[in-house]
Amino acid sequence: MPTAASTPPIDLPDEDATRALATRLAPRLRQGDLVALRGDLGAGKTAFARALIRALTDPEEEVPSPTFTLVQTYDAPSGTIWHFDLYRLAGPEEVLELGWDEAAGGIALVEWPERLGRMLPPDRLELELAVTGPGSRRAVLAGGPSWAGRLAGLEGRS
Amino acid sequence: MLVLGIETSCDETAASVVSDGREILSNLVLSQLEEHAPYGGVVPEIAARAHLDHLDGLVGRALAEAGIDLGDLDGVAATGGPGLIGGVLVGVMTAKAIASVRRLPFVAVNHLEAHALTARLTDPELRFPYLLLLVSGGHCQLLAVEGVGRYRRLGTTIDDAAGEAFDKAAKLMGLGYPGGPALERAAQGGDPARFDLPRPMKGRPGCDFSFSGLKTAVRLAVDSLPAPLSDADRSDLAASFQQAVADSLADRCKRAIAAFRAEHPDGTALVVAGGVAANAAIRQRLRLLAERAGLRFVAPPLRLCTDNAAMVAWAGVERLRAGSADGLDFAPRPRWPLDPAARPARGAGVKA
Repeated sequence: MPTAASTPPIDLPDEDATRALATRLAPRLRQGDLVALRGDLGAGKTAFARALIRALTDPEEEVPSPTFTLVQTYDAPSGTIWHFDLYRLAGPEEVLELGWDEAAGGIALVEWPERLGRMLPPDRLELELAVTGPGSRRAVLAGGPSWAGRLAGLEGRS
Repeated sequence: MLVLGIETSCDETAASVVSDGREILSNLVLSQLEEHAPYGGVVPEIAARAHLDHLDGLVGRALAEAGIDLGDLDGVAATGGPGLIGGVLVGVMTAKAIASVRRLPFVAVNHLEAHALTARLTDPELRFPYLLLLVSGGHCQLLAVEGVGRYRRLGTTIDDAAGEAFDKAAKLMGLGYPGGPALERAAQGGDPARFDLPRPMKGRPGCDFSFSGLKTAVRLAVDSLPAPLSDADRSDLAASFQQAVADSLADRCKRAIAAFRAEHPDGTALVVAGGVAANAAIRQRLRLLAERAGLRFVAPPLRLCTDNAAMVAWAGVERLRAGSADGLDFAPRPRWPLDPAARPARGAGVKA
């Protein structure tokens, strides 16, 4: 992926800090964006997506894990949000059956994006979460061409 | 009355014929058929195309095994949601086509409703109202089942389902898939007190569940142990995890029993459905809880607890007896809460 914008590693000492980062990122998202959420099992990909979706919809929006349903959609003022968990996909083409083409017009949050193989669009936002302690995480973000200028100051004051 | 049931809402392609006399004349789940054994019995049918390829043949086999043909049916039921839209569409269109050609009533069944009513298929004594704990890979809910079409959600998971937690914990421990049975085997002989894992939601008001934090705690425990995990470490961690899930489920159920009893002094039973109910330690815990509360403990056999079509056919029987068939204009519903009036789980998300 050609990188047009990136952040330094952002230390997130607790879940509140993770939520705050998601809340700062939310207004920078627009229709057509794809956010690839990477990190091991338990790294907090779904928790981050939940905070992002709530920031874009309603603070009490119900956001279950999409592991078994594979995809959950949410209507937001900024467009439809598609929350995918592709862990269970057997092949990239299966994503087409989950409404992938339609999702391209909305905001797509994708857990386990490596399952997409070559179908992963080059212009996207990459977010990597690493576990640094019981509640603490470290996040690194990097965006493709359409993200130029959109990550400035995202790391906030910490 | 004979009803054909079709289930295609998630991973399984399934067809079954059930009578109003509680006979299961056939109950076929594609992934459990012998010719699929090379795949180890796990054949996720995520793709609608896969459901489409297999459903006609499976319906034919279900009728043949039941010793009937389409002309003997009194109704056709298919899961109408919640679930993956492509798969649901295949099942619903097939059921509608049969209903339309044979001029039979069509019933669109809510997948959760099918789970909720299954215990009445296997237990003729079970009367409404009863309390249902549905614990599977995709769902974790507590429901007051007041009658056909009358369900009140008392609690639900705010993040992961219990079965999902088992699968993910098993993966973190390097155990096989499906995680539930593998983890239960590993837990045998393990020390459930060795790892101090959290009891999510325990003591909190309400009846909601949470399992995501427990998954992260397992991850940290694995990271703190020498790799690769020794059998003894793995066994102790599995036992500790199982105990934590059982404690959490028991705490939430205890609260739900109190809430259910307050509203329904005539409540009859605690019914446990879903694949997680196969776990002996959890089952035993819930059985004790029910008995102490003076409720019958009812758990349908496992093959009817995991996704299957007999439960859909039976829900079709119940709905037809209640006189509530659906029109052929029914549209599949990817999201279909059983209790549309349920308040959102605070600060969290809800399955289906």
